[in-house]
Parts: sequence; structure tokens; C-alpha cells
Amino acid sequence: MHNAPNKPLWLSEMVAVWGYVQRNYFLTKRYLMWEVVWLVYVTINAMAITFIGAGVEAVGGTVDTRFLMTYLLVGALLWNYLSMLFDVLSETVSWERWEGTIEYTFMSPSSRVTHLLGMGLYAVVYGIVQTAITLGVCYLLFDLDLAAANYAGALLVLAVCSVSLVGFGIVAAVLPLLSPEKGQQVSYIVSSVLLLVSGVYYEVDVLPGWMQAIATVSPVTYALQGTRAALLDGAGLSALWESIWPLLIMGVVFVPLGIFVFHLGERYAKKTGKLKRSG
Amino acid sequence: MKALELQRVEKSFKKRRGEVVKALDAVSLSVGKGEVVGILGPNGSGKSTLVRVISTLVTPDAGRVEVFGVDAVSHPKKVQRSMNRVSVEASFFKKLSAMENLLYGAKLYGVTSREARPLIQEILDNIGFARKRATEPMEHLSRGMQQKIALARALLTSPVLMLLDEPTTGLDPRSKKDVQAFIRRIREAHDSSILLCTHDMQEAEELCDRVGIMVDGRILALEEPEGLKRRYASDPGGPPPTLEETFMAATGYSVEEASAEGDEG
Repeated sequence: MHNAPNKPLWLSEMVAVWGYVQRNYFLTKRYLMWEVVWLVYVTINAMAITFIGAGVEAVGGTVDTRFLMTYLLVGALLWNYLSMLFDVLSETVSWERWEGTIEYTFMSPSSRVTHLLGMGLYAVVYGIVQTAITLGVCYLLFDLDLAAANYAGALLVLAVCSVSLVGFGIVAAVLPLLSPEKGQQVSYIVSSVLLLVSGVYYEVDVLPGWMQAIATVSPVTYALQGTRAALLDGAGLSALWESIWPLLIMGVVFVPLGIFVFHLGERYAKKTGKLKRSG
Repeated sequence: MKALELQRVEKSFKKRRGEVVKALDAVSLSVGKGEVVGILGPNGSGKSTLVRVISTLVTPDAGRVEVFGVDAVSHPKKVQRSMNRVSVEASFFKKLSAMENLLYGAKLYGVTSREARPLIQEILDNIGFARKRATEPMEHLSRGMQQKIALARALLTSPVLMLLDEPTTGLDPRSKKDVQAFIRRIREAHDSSILLCTHDMQEAEELCDRVGIMVDGRILALEEPEGLKRRYASDPGGPPPTLEETFMAATGYSVEEASAEGDEG
């Protein structure tokens, strides 16, 4: 009568990955109006940041306005995508706790890797769709400096960065397991530090030395450098390699590290009874 | 082989001011294959901790938990595959429909939508749940209907051990009867072993082969309802006491005190 054991373990885990992806899709459909509101907000936010580029010239600055506007837009779009990816992963635990499903999910036989993989996969697809819509709107509105753009190179950098950021997000996801009350707030601080030090709207060089040191371990720094080089300068693969290799290393380090840390966090939560829905 | 066997299981939790609360104190019990065992106890007696330990959500400090001979602490994934749980709170995505929640729940156990859909239809028909309501968001359904869906979700993964943690608490009398009837059908049709935690004496007496009384993390007694009554009878020569009277004699709690709101350990 038992269905699952008839399948090989890997197939059961794949079914579960699809379960997480499909569940998040169902939830997006149910909260569609909120999704639309958020999309409008994100798009208008990206537009407002891009207009700063035009504003600099209006207050007497001597800059290449088209270049600056494109530079800012790339930063806004990339930050929107990467921060969304980080937030979805880091909110994995607190979201389940809020919905009241945490115990059901954590007592199911699907592995934690499967759980986090499913969450990451949906976040990547959702983020790409959202960013593409925002880019499309901004492309129609602004005279952007994308004549030399290497789109394939930019996508490659983004894909590699997504992996390392998923790992980074998994590390942050453990925080609500350790402290149900304060864990999620700490992950918001991590997210805001990434925004500050990674050169989203300015070059990392303008930051104080200690902030530049933090920027070297942020995957967002390399993603921005690589994507801007590809889109604004049309950099080829050899030039982009400078941004890709640190991202590859971070992916190799952060993903297993994230899963290991999450495993330790789950073990601690089970020992201390913090896996309860109410925390 | 027993469906479930606990040997001297202990669990303590540290509270904020360093105070240590013993939630389970050398708990030993077993559930035979196809048997329904009830655990009666007031709120805070450790029933929910007991269920959480068996369902691998809480790691015991000491003792042994085995499900069909498999150690639940060292092989949690194996054990998780063979059991499911229904708790007092309906653990659902409230904005999703019953069908969406059921399909999601099935996939976590490796059951595809194609495999799950006919089973879902069969289970929903059996419990008299209108098919068209299965597409409504869970938050539109009554608590009784949500509990039926919770039982259906558990059944969908064909568990050989079911953990029912106060499945009828807070339900209106009609829904309570429906859910109890559903539990009876599960027992008859699916050959599942069931551990039922409750503070409803009548429910325990009607549904369970054996009943245990739990207070302050300890199981005071565990036997057939009639044996339990005889054990705590004040007048061995007189008429047998009710299970409520037995519970009061064993624990010092009245039925109202047992079901009063409180922190469940």
C-alpha cells in the first residue's frame, strides 16, 4: 500500500523538489495581486534609481549620462534579483513557521538538500521572470548604453552567481532555527550589509578600506563587476573570468557549507525543541 | 515486531531563566501492529512532546525510540517514510486549496500527482467531502473539514504508523463524530497502527485498544480501558468507574482541568 518506497530514493527526492517548486507556484498564483504590486514597486524603484543618472547632469555634474543611467539600472536590477534570491532562501524557515507548516515539512522524508534546492530553483525562475519584465519596461523608457552589450556573458555571470548566493542564503536560513524570535532580523542585516558593500550603485573603490575587505567575500560584488563589464563594455569570456572564478569558488564553498550549517542548526533546533510552529 | 516501541525515553527543556522542565520522564510504551493506543493526559503532561519525539522533530536526551524495529534517532529518514502525523493545529498553507495542499503533501513523500489524484478522490469520496470544495482555499473550510483533509493527507502516504495528536480538540460535536468515524475507518481498512493523544475520555474509550494515562511526563498506567478502570476503582466490589472517574483518581485532575488551555510540553 505504501507508494513511495517502490521508487528509487533519487526519484522520490526529485518528486519532492518538484513539490516545493509547484507549491511556491501555487502560492504565487494565490497572492497574485501582491505579486503585481511588488512588481510595480520594483520596476518604479529601478526607474527612480536610473533617473538619478539624469539628475546628476541637471545639478551640474559632468558625466556620461547614458552610461551612468545604464550603470545604475544594472545595479538596481541585479540587486533586485540577487536580494530576492537571498531573501527567499533565508526566509525558508521563518516562512514555514509563519504558515504553521514547519513541523509537517520537517518530519517528511524528503531531505533538507531537496527542500532548499526546490526553494532555490523556484526563486531563480521567479527572479528571472520578474527582472526580465522590469528590464523590458526600463528598456522602453530609457535611452540605455547597451550597444556593445555581451548578453550571453552577463547571463553566465548571473547563473554562476545564483549558485553561490543560494549557498549564502542557506547559511542565513539557519538563523531562524537558532533563534526563532530574532533570527530573521539578523538575516535582514546581512542583506543590508551586502547592499552597502557590494557596489550596487557605486564602485567598491569609493568605500573605506574595511568595507572593501567585506566586499571581497560578497558574491554580489563579483556578480555586479562581471555583469557591468559584459553589458556596458561588452567584455568577453576571458575578461569576465576575473569575476567568474571567485563566484565559482564561493559556490563550491557556500553551498556545501550552507547545507552543513543548516544540518547543524536543525540538529540544535531538534535538541532544544525550537522546531515548533510557534517557535 | 512492534509498530512502535519506546524504552525509557527522557526529554528535558531549558526555559528562559535556566529552569529545566522534564517533559518526558523515562517513558516506555509499545504499540502493536494494527493496534490503537491512546494516551490521556492534561495539557502540559508531555503528550505533544511524546508525539514530536516519535515523529523525529525532537531528539530525546536518553532512551530508545523504534518504529518497526528501526531506530528513529539514528535513521530518521527511514522512519519518516513509514509514518505520518495529524496534530491539533491544521498545518496547511491556508491560501492554497485542499487539493493543492494534498498534492504538495504527497510529493514530500515521493508520491506524484498522477499517483495521488485517484487516491485523493477515493479518500474524499469515502469521507463524504464534496469534490468541488477541494478546490477552495483551506481558510474557507471549517475546522472539522480541515481536520478531515489533514487525515486524508496522512492517509495519502499510506503510513503504517499514524500519530494523532488531539485530532478532535476544538471541533464542534458533529465534526468530532465525523473525524472519529474516519479514524475508525482508517483502522479497519488500512491496517495502520495508531497512537492517539487526547484528553477526551470518551474518544479514548471508543477508539483505543489500550489507554495510557500521562501526567508530568510520566505514563502512570497503560492497559485496556476495562483493566485501567479496575486498577483505579475505589470500590473493587462495586460497579466499575467511568474512564473519567478513573482519570481523576489516577491524576487528581478533573476533565475540565485536563482540557484547559495551557502550555503543552
